[in-house]
Amino acid sequence: MPAAIHTAGLTRAFHTTSRTVEAVRGIDLTVEQGEILGFLGPNGAGKTTTLRMLTTLLPPTSGTATVAGHDLIADPTGVRRRIGYVAQSGGVDPTVSVREELTTQGRLYRLGRSEAARRTTELAEELDLVALLDRPCGALSGGQRRRLDIAMALTHEPVLLFLDEPTTGLDPGSRADLWQLVGRLRDERGMTVFLTTHYLDEADALADRLVILDDGRVVAQGTPTELKQRHAGSADAGLQDAFIALTGRRAEREAEHTPVAV
Amino acid sequence: MSHLLTDTGIIAGRYIRQTAASKLGLVFGLLQPLLFLVFFGPLLEGLHLGGNGDSWQLLVPGLLVQLGLFSSAFAGFNILIEKQHGVVERMRVTPVSRLALLLGRLIRDVLQLFVQSLLLVLVGVALGLRAPVAGVLLGFLLVGLLAASLASLSYALAMRVGSPQEFAPVINSLNMPAMLLSGILLPMALAPGWLDTLSRFVPFRYVVDAVRDAFTGHYTDGSLALGAAVAAALAVVSLGLGTQVFRKVGA
Ligand SMILES: Nc1ncnc2c1ncn2[C@@H]1O[C@H](COP(=O)(O)OP(=O)(O)OP(=O)(O)O)[C@@H](O)[C@H]1O
Ligand SMILES: [Mg+2]
Repeated sequence: MPAAIHTAGLTRAFHTTSRTVEAVRGIDLTVEQGEILGFLGPNGAGKTTTLRMLTTLLPPTSGTATVAGHDLIADPTGVRRRIGYVAQSGGVDPTVSVREELTTQGRLYRLGRSEAARRTTELAEELDLVALLDRPCGALSGGQRRRLDIAMALTHEPVLLFLDEPTTGLDPGSRADLWQLVGRLRDERGMTVFLTTHYLDEADALADRLVILDDGRVVAQGTPTELKQRHAGSADAGLQDAFIALTGRRAEREAEHTPVAV
Repeated sequence: MSHLLTDTGIIAGRYIRQTAASKLGLVFGLLQPLLFLVFFGPLLEGLHLGGNGDSWQLLVPGLLVQLGLFSSAFAGFNILIEKQHGVVERMRVTPVSRLALLLGRLIRDVLQLFVQSLLLVLVGVALGLRAPVAGVLLGFLLVGLLAASLASLSYALAMRVGSPQEFAPVINSLNMPAMLLSGILLPMALAPGWLDTLSRFVPFRYVVDAVRDAFTGHYTDGSLALGAAVAAALAVVSLGLGTQVFRKVGA
């Protein structure tokens, strides 16, 4: 079975007028099909930048990658057809209705008119959005918005789903619901899920394997148990200890940081 | 190719529905030219302004170009707002044709301009404008082409800059001089030599002159052809640039 994602030396630098930021400095990564991969790292580690490269939104400065069976550089459209992406801050227009967004999304994925309408109903039922279909997206709560964002990314039944901090800003109940949903997508459909998070309990509970990024480099990878054993001294230690040992920082946002609004 | 057409239709449909639902946008862009038409137009009646036709045939074409310049120059604002909500990236991650994301928006812009132009001309007629229908339609065509070019540049700029704070000053500092130098309210024929010369470097001037000729039915005396050629050249350059930016941003 070919890997869902394979990258070699993936690099991205940003040039501003005053300086150059090496956001991602050569990532070699393999993600197996049907795996839930947790992508961890402190603020600014390069998680979003990596995701934006893997989802064709940002051309790498150097390096290569195969995503969902297609070459990232040579065949971006092939990649786009097979992946779903939920960005850190979502991607719906607050003035547009939930129904319109879902249907447009279906059309952009080349479904016919009636098929897109049918898919909208289906997704709304699956993600508990039926009662919200005719509301403007801006009128949804944080948890509802997240469910909509995910519904949008599932429109075309992707084989690989990228989630950038899907649970940031959600209350514990909504977080638990989202964990369940992600688990279901993998168990029932064999979907590969690549998610970033700042919550170590989440990574521990949800991910099969973790990749820890710091300053644009992969500093460790393995199952949660392996990482705890290797970097915090014992399997009973918290993942937090392993994380601090690796990055010198705490994983959760500092208290004075306002959580990113979802 | 068939994808490009379908996708363009989908994108155009989305924005046309949005515009139709808001209505405010339609009136907003129209307000300034309407004020000029109603409160400034009557002052020109009976004055000797040179050129062909009467004062209404001179002012209304100018205001049409102003309408086109103003609304299309700020078209990029919509993209900036959408970028802030992540809508642009969400669409770019789908297989939708990159070019359709530009063309669909331009179709909405040109349609909106057409409705606004029609309203402006109708008010003009109520005030005393008389012009051949073919000439008016020809004028709409030229202004539409000009507006599509500028909107395309505006979208391209908006795709490249990070924030409205970077975008607005660029547009504002280009728009006003461009409008004044193209002789929108009064013909440049009245200008002293240096101003007339300066205005010849502003491509919109030729479009204004061409629309004026269209409104007076002078289809063959050269300035209509010149204006059309300038508008077409501008369209080729700006649509080419817009296409390149939309294709390339994020690849
Ligand atoms: N468009 C950009 N232009 C300039 N610098 C950028 C750009 N995007 C990201 N960066 C920089 O690249 C680095 C990595 O950013 P990135 O958003 O990938 O981090 P992250 O791991 O997702 O952080 P967070 O946990 O805060 O979301 C940061 O230093 C950031 O400032
Ligand atoms: Mg991020």
